Amino acid sequence: MSSSLTALSAILTETVAKLAESVVTVHARPRVTSSGFAWSKGVIVTAAHALAREEEISITLPDGTRTAAKLLAADPATDIALLGHDVDLPTLGGATAFEGRPGELLIAVGRNADTGATASMGILSAAGGAWRTWRGGQMERFLRLDLSLFPGSVGGVVASVDGRFAGMASDALSRLSPLAVPPETLARVVPALLERGRVPRPFLGVGLQPVAVNDSRGVILLSVDADSAAAKAGLLVGDVITELDGKAVADADDVQAVLDKHLPGDALPARVVRAGKLIEWTVTLGERAAA
Amino acid sequence: MIAGFGEIAERLRRSTVHVGAGGGSSGSGVVWDHAGTVITNAHVARSPSARVTLFDGRSYPARVRLWDGQRDLAVLQIDARDLTPIEVADSSKLCPGEIVIAVGNPMGFTGALTTGVVHTVGPVAGVTRKPFVQASVRLAPGNSGGPLADSRGRLVGINTMVAFPGGGRGMAYSGGVNATMALAVPSNAVRAFLAQTPGTRKV
Repeated sequence: MSSSLTALSAILTETVAKLAESVVTVHARPRVTSSGFAWSKGVIVTAAHALAREEEISITLPDGTRTAAKLLAADPATDIALLGHDVDLPTLGGATAFEGRPGELLIAVGRNADTGATASMGILSAAGGAWRTWRGGQMERFLRLDLSLFPGSVGGVVASVDGRFAGMASDALSRLSPLAVPPETLARVVPALLERGRVPRPFLGVGLQPVAVNDSRGVILLSVDADSAAAKAGLLVGDVITELDGKAVADADDVQAVLDKHLPGDALPARVVRAGKLIEWTVTLGERAAA
Repeated sequence: MIAGFGEIAERLRRSTVHVGAGGGSSGSGVVWDHAGTVITNAHVARSPSARVTLFDGRSYPARVRLWDGQRDLAVLQIDARDLTPIEVADSSKLCPGEIVIAVGNPMGFTGALTTGVVHTVGPVAGVTRKPFVQASVRLAPGNSGGPLADSRGRLVGINTMVAFPGGGRGMAYSGGVNATMALAVPSNAVRAFLAQTPGTRKV
């Protein structure tokens, strides 16, 4: 019998209908709209790269009405943008119950201003750990989607078929396939954007090269930016950092990995070799200027 | 595997025909009733007569009874017994996310099956103001004129064309590389089309 197929179909349409109550059409680029969803009261999450303008943005609500929205903040590095509005919609913010195993059935829900809710179905084709986008954004997880993400659905909701929130649909972070910006990344970036208007990225202000020193490895400072965190800490060109925050650092990626776990203003212990002598040092992190 | 796929696919295949028309155009069609009414796309049945081949290999000459290039629908008439008409659903009841199945007969081979979900139902921005069932289903050229069915195997649309919503943006839409959308004439539009006076030929 066709009952199990029909049952799955019914689950899908129910989940889509329920999620769609939080999903809006975003009118912010010529010709093609995109989608967004209610995160918290008065705040819509949408895809930053799909916003071609910063003003005269509007959204079409689930009931079909179109209303003005204001760009609150955007972080192109993670493709997250926030729109402010004054409508009451069911919010999806904060949910992190999505485990995300490869092969899991997923849906992407968007909204088209003419036809209403839109849906695509596919599977999670790859799930991995933390990674960095080509724009330098830190992502808590890698979630690759094997589904047809149409331009109008970009910025919409990705969820498991039973409705567990799996992130925001993005087609700007990989050339190979659409991805989901994971719930954990949204939970970190959205509050930072609301609070400070940007995502604070810790910064040392040094140019690095891997080097071997005293039977161990480290990074030699080839440049130190004026007024940077490194300059303020008294680091000089030619110093070799072997440890940062208690972790051995052998190349620039190691240093970046340490920075990613901290915020500007954090003071980190460092081991530095200067003129053949090992010195214990403390560096207070600065903030990278907006890209 | 999900129980039900095989059975539905088999039933759909029995109601799906191959349509060969003059000038080398060919595609699929759907058996509408026991009286020999076959629905296909206008762009599949371009000449006044066509050849319809059933799933079991039986082949019949067909007369084009009704043709509308605007709506891209054609009604063919064959003189055959023991047909398996498709069950027809109300396309206005379709919901986004609903599972749909397309069966086609590309090049006369029976039973190419593809599945996906309803993306949305309505006009396609930048393509047409006429309503279409828009489905994230990957169609082959031979699917034209064939059935798009719901999870119960009932006809919800006639597969008509493929849209590339990422249209011409190339790599700017990474997901758009493979993101083709199936557009099907809704089953309710087929019903309305059949309700027209027979013999009229709209061009």
